[in-house]
Amino acid sequence: MPEILVGVDRSEQSRRAVEFAAERARQLDRSVLVVHVIPWSPFSFNTPEDNEHRSTRRAEEIAAATEQIVDPMAALVREKGVEVATLIQHGDPVDTLIDIAKRRASGHIVLGRTGDSRVKRVLFGSTPTHVVQLATVPVTVVP
Amino acid sequence: MINVVAPIPLGVDETVSKYFGPISDFIVSIVFYSVTIFGADVSLIVVWLISAAVFFTIWFGFPQLRSIPHSLNLVRGRYSHPEDAGEVSHFQALATAVSGTVGLGNIAGVAVAISLGGPGATFWMILAGFFGMASKMAECTLGVMYRREHADGSVSGGPMYYLRDGVAKVTGNPRLGKFLAAFFAVCCIGGSLGGGNMFQANQATAQIVGVTGGEDSPFADMNWVIGLVFAVAVGAVIIGGIKSIARVTEKIVPFMAGTYVAACLIVILGSIDQVPGAFGDIIVGAFNPESMAGGFLGVLMVGFQRAAFSNEAGIGSASIAHSAVKTKEPATEGFVAMLEPFIDTIVVCTMTALTIVITGAYLDPEASELGGVALTSRAFESVIPWFPNVLAVAVVLFAFSTMISWSYYGMKATGYLFGDSTTAEVVFKGIFCLFIVVGASLSLGPVIGFSDAMIFSMSIANVTGLYILARTVRNEIRSHLGKVESGEFARVK
Repeated sequence: MPEILVGVDRSEQSRRAVEFAAERARQLDRSVLVVHVIPWSPFSFNTPEDNEHRSTRRAEEIAAATEQIVDPMAALVREKGVEVATLIQHGDPVDTLIDIAKRRASGHIVLGRTGDSRVKRVLFGSTPTHVVQLATVPVTVVP
Repeated sequence: MINVVAPIPLGVDETVSKYFGPISDFIVSIVFYSVTIFGADVSLIVVWLISAAVFFTIWFGFPQLRSIPHSLNLVRGRYSHPEDAGEVSHFQALATAVSGTVGLGNIAGVAVAISLGGPGATFWMILAGFFGMASKMAECTLGVMYRREHADGSVSGGPMYYLRDGVAKVTGNPRLGKFLAAFFAVCCIGGSLGGGNMFQANQATAQIVGVTGGEDSPFADMNWVIGLVFAVAVGAVIIGGIKSIARVTEKIVPFMAGTYVAACLIVILGSIDQVPGAFGDIIVGAFNPESMAGGFLGVLMVGFQRAAFSNEAGIGSASIAHSAVKTKEPATEGFVAMLEPFIDTIVVCTMTALTIVITGAYLDPEASELGGVALTSRAFESVIPWFPNVLAVAVVLFAFSTMISWSYYGMKATGYLFGDSTTAEVVFKGIFCLFIVVGASLSLGPVIGFSDAMIFSMSIANVTGLYILARTVRNEIRSHLGKVESGEFARVK
């Protein structure tokens, strides 16, 4: 059975999204994939010193995200007795979430409604808005 | 009444010139040892660099003509695996190297070339840029092949490592490798202080003085004050560790580069009817220079020299920056690095040259006196009167980002020589900041002489190593192309 992909960040909404996804997974006997995307672009401009230490920084970013975001969220899923896997990847949050869902043939994407400011939403839209527009599987946005 | 005539004390700027000038002249006379051929002074070091560029072009089978689509696909991330996301991408490695390369060499250096060699120098600059793409490909492939990955995950690469380890492996003579690597590292420290620092500080200061009133500028005799401000800003980043300043600069510089190219296009498109004439002047001037001392060979030398100073192909510096890329295939970075002389010389330098030629700024009798950035600025001013102010901002930012990049190259060379000693690195950083003040205080002549000499001296060890490793690097490139053809190295997007 295809897994339920839940995209998370540090927000309270993400926590609710994980609880929602875990509940759905338990009812449908599916597993959950907890994904956190660290915003990053391969087309940015860096100093040579940034580049020299990039691998080290990347490992630190992944370790911090694992400890502070992904592991606590995965623990919430396990509490419900549901099987859980985790994934942390650098990239554009929208494109990366959609890409992972495609690669792993996830059946459903669940996201928390982000708390971006009104100005930011008007200018750029939010991550869930874009995922809803572009994903090829059903998306649920949890308030 | 008794008139007491006291000797007029020399200002700071004059004092610096008095002591630095003779040192610069001495170094220039050694590095730019010339022979006279058909009445032209042919400097052997320029011949050395251009011969290597032509050799590698033939040795690799004209990759400039055959492999640009592959280079572009690599930069666009078409071969980048998702699991490598967050590591240094090909684009980032190229952008970092380009921001160390694109600087005053493209704006002021081109003006120097045209004021000395006429429009024809542009033709030879473009040709040198074209051939330079191959030597850049060789040095950057080797940079990745022989880079060092440290226990903490950081990487160090560049000529120091391929000269030491690669040359030792190929020749079986570790002492030769160590000697070449140490020689390169010493010259690299010099290059970072010269072309990567003094020339940048000097020309940025010249433009600031120019837009604030020239001889009437409050800074007219106080260039060292501007130098000091630069030194404090650079010191804040490299000694004080305030990285945010450098990061902000890195993000603004691409926009300034875009603005600069746009301004060139405004001038060029505004006089589009004169473009064929300008190209005519460039081509006729290249082969048949009327007023050029040394004739055809003289103008060729000027063009080649300024191109090499601008795109640094064969110099080895960019290899240090390119080595940080995340790739399993060293040749991929060679293909990407090949784009650097293309962007730097064939695009940006040509833009500057066309602007100067179309506006006729070089015909001004004062042109050779103005030299450098002042000539480029005058060319823009004749079409867009307010542009010199924007140019001043662009020049300051380009100079700053180039100085940050070169301080890094110099620091890596210092680290290599002194076993990553923190004390040595701090001393180097202090000297680097001091040289900014010296560069700002001097006139263009001794600065460009010293800067050229130091930058070009890096090619002595580097190009020797490239020849020794020519077979190794060609095998690497062939093996990579074989994997592309067989599908072993396939596009993921």
